[in-house]
Amino acid sequence: MTPRSPGGELVVAGGLVAASVCAVAFVVVYVTDRADTQLLGLSIGLCFAAVAVAAIVAGTRVVDQSEAVEERPKLVDEAVEREVTELGLAAGDGVSRRRLLAGAAGLAGASLTAAAVVPLASLGPGDVGRKLKASPWRRGVRLLDVHGAPITADELGVGSYVTAIAEGADARELGASVVVVRIAESEVLSHPEWAPRGIMAYSKICTHAACAVALFRYPTYEQTSDPPALVCPCHYSTFDVRKGAEVIFGPAGRPLPQLPLSIDAAGRLVAAAPLNGAPGPAWWGVRET
Amino acid sequence: MSPIRRKGEQRPEAEPVTDAVRFVDERLGISPLLRAAMRYIFPDHWSFLFGEIALYSFMALIATGVYLALFFDPSVGPVVYSGGYAPLQGAHITAAYNSTLDIVFNVPAGLLIRQTHHWAALVFVVAIVIHLMRVFFTGAFRKPRDVNWLIGVTLVTLAIVEGFAGYSLPDDLLSGMGLAIGYSVLMAIPVVGGQLALLLWDGNFPGSGAFVDRLFIAHVFILPAILATLIAVHLAIIMRQKHSQFPGPGRTEDNVVGTPLWPAYALRALGMMMATFAVLFLLGGLVQINPIWQYGPYEPYLGTNGAQPDWYMGWLIGALRLMPGFDLTIGRATIAPNPLFGGVIFPGVVFGVLYLWPAAERRITKDHARHDLLQRPRDAPARTALGAAFFSWIFTIFMAGAADRLLVDIGFPYAGQVWFFRVLALFAPIVVFAFTLRLCRELQATEATPLREWEGALVRRAPDGHFAELDVAAAEGHEERVPRHGPPGREEW
Repeated sequence: MTPRSPGGELVVAGGLVAASVCAVAFVVVYVTDRADTQLLGLSIGLCFAAVAVAAIVAGTRVVDQSEAVEERPKLVDEAVEREVTELGLAAGDGVSRRRLLAGAAGLAGASLTAAAVVPLASLGPGDVGRKLKASPWRRGVRLLDVHGAPITADELGVGSYVTAIAEGADARELGASVVVVRIAESEVLSHPEWAPRGIMAYSKICTHAACAVALFRYPTYEQTSDPPALVCPCHYSTFDVRKGAEVIFGPAGRPLPQLPLSIDAAGRLVAAAPLNGAPGPAWWGVRET
Repeated sequence: MSPIRRKGEQRPEAEPVTDAVRFVDERLGISPLLRAAMRYIFPDHWSFLFGEIALYSFMALIATGVYLALFFDPSVGPVVYSGGYAPLQGAHITAAYNSTLDIVFNVPAGLLIRQTHHWAALVFVVAIVIHLMRVFFTGAFRKPRDVNWLIGVTLVTLAIVEGFAGYSLPDDLLSGMGLAIGYSVLMAIPVVGGQLALLLWDGNFPGSGAFVDRLFIAHVFILPAILATLIAVHLAIIMRQKHSQFPGPGRTEDNVVGTPLWPAYALRALGMMMATFAVLFLLGGLVQINPIWQYGPYEPYLGTNGAQPDWYMGWLIGALRLMPGFDLTIGRATIAPNPLFGGVIFPGVVFGVLYLWPAAERRITKDHARHDLLQRPRDAPARTALGAAFFSWIFTIFMAGAADRLLVDIGFPYAGQVWFFRVLALFAPIVVFAFTLRLCRELQATEATPLREWEGALVRRAPDGHFAELDVAAAEGHEERVPRHGPPGREEW
């Protein structure tokens, strides 16, 4: 028999030998220098590539390429189909109160399902609203920076932005972190009593999708610029800090909760009251009091 | 092709094979099945390969994922980092993040496997989505393959959830930002959203240690088990019904014409599998992906500008971005918190359309027949145009998901982009619909094949100086020039 493709056979053999070489190279790299991700990837990748070339050339050149035809199975055989239907229905032969039995079975199924599902409620969180509105901020709680040091009013110049955590709280709690910004006192248009010297604090967790509001825009030229605002980097919800963090752009549906501030005798920032809303993203009951 | 040979005719080199077949047959009686499998016909068309690529990517995911699971610690237990990566020295991080850093910097070939796993996930979803579009635009979802279409759509949704769960595990900054958004979307579900979120996270975000366990079990066991089962059913149904094929000479609704599994197609499929692995491992070794050591650990009060999720989340991010800023409220009740629109309703509409399409098309066209021959997209202009419009709508919103990168990298004003994409999402589908419908009809009318064959003519100069056109088709033994479709001008839905 004449070979179909002597050249193809050579390529296949060459590909397989190349694959072995690459595989050995992979092992050598692995044993001698475990950290070299590039060489490891290159050697194992080229190994697969060489096998791929060999297999594809073998499959398209070396072995029999003739097309074949196959009958497609008929999926439906009506006689058998009828027989199966009959067999199924025959179960009811000789049974007089079929409807009663079917109804009773349905009832049993429904009540069993209910009995199995109801206990799930005990897994569920009770009093969702209280949990989701939880926040460590109370009157008198001090504002600490992320390293745990108190924040003093004097260290904040106009236009500054720092992250603060409630003293004694877990920083991972959504209600614990606030951003502290300072703007000119004349710019504060809402609740100036919550913003001593123009220093104000808002929940750092975006009311849209719980990302950290990590950007602060403070314009240098008031006449031509957009107003000072906090921006969430996830979907660019933008909150006007002059007006109680009212949403001026982006998808957020409510302002960032504000933390009323006061300055204690030592010049440190402390909360004057709890947050004025639920921190974090919205749910059904977020606006209930 | 005679299965029985007398002893004298036996091929001498075939004896180990004879013994092996006999060994299995005497125990399982499996020769008829093997014969059917070896003669199984694969019709040849390049567009049939995307499903295969998805399958091979899934295999690569399982293999690399097992390796990673051996080293990953799904725990939020506090750790002070003391590994070899200097910028994080002394950082307070979780065991999950610490073990991922360990995979990157200390585990032999760990970074290669981790990056290959990540690339395989990206390619997996790409291949599934292209495969889905191929099936859609060629009408391959029609009876009897409508049930398999439903399984396929389920596979897309699960693949996306599985991918999201995977890149959420390492507890780096990007993971945490993604999970925060996922939490907010879940919370936004009317009435029970708050309960669901607290239940799943075992408390307020970012949740307790139980949440990481749940995410891990979902990612390494529950979802892969469901995916593997559905893939097996998907393939078993194909084997039972046999492959669909494009029309062509000798091809009818009652047969399959193509290459038998043994030996040619088995070798080609092996080649395709190896080629997929080659690409994935070369990407994993040479192209950096998701460098979590650069992102740093997650804390809810940290965020970074221009963070991008894996590509298959982009359409959801885009939808969240484009939604105007309001929560729908009635009195004190927040009926629809904003993330509900982009995060729940939008994917709900997309998957709803995909799930319902075969039944809807059957109802509108009143075509309840079995179809095993595929259509060229142009031969079903209304479906092709509607589909193109639908996918262009999703693609526009997907592009909006990258608006922050266009701002950070190129400086396009963000607010302008949002308005641009909002308008585009409304009008692009209309334009695409009209254009595609027209294009299909033109292509049908002219029978042009812009993407396929050469349309020129060969001429030969005769010894007397005349030029004569050669009939290429006849020279190659074909009966006609355009045999690969139904009668021209016929317009199916």
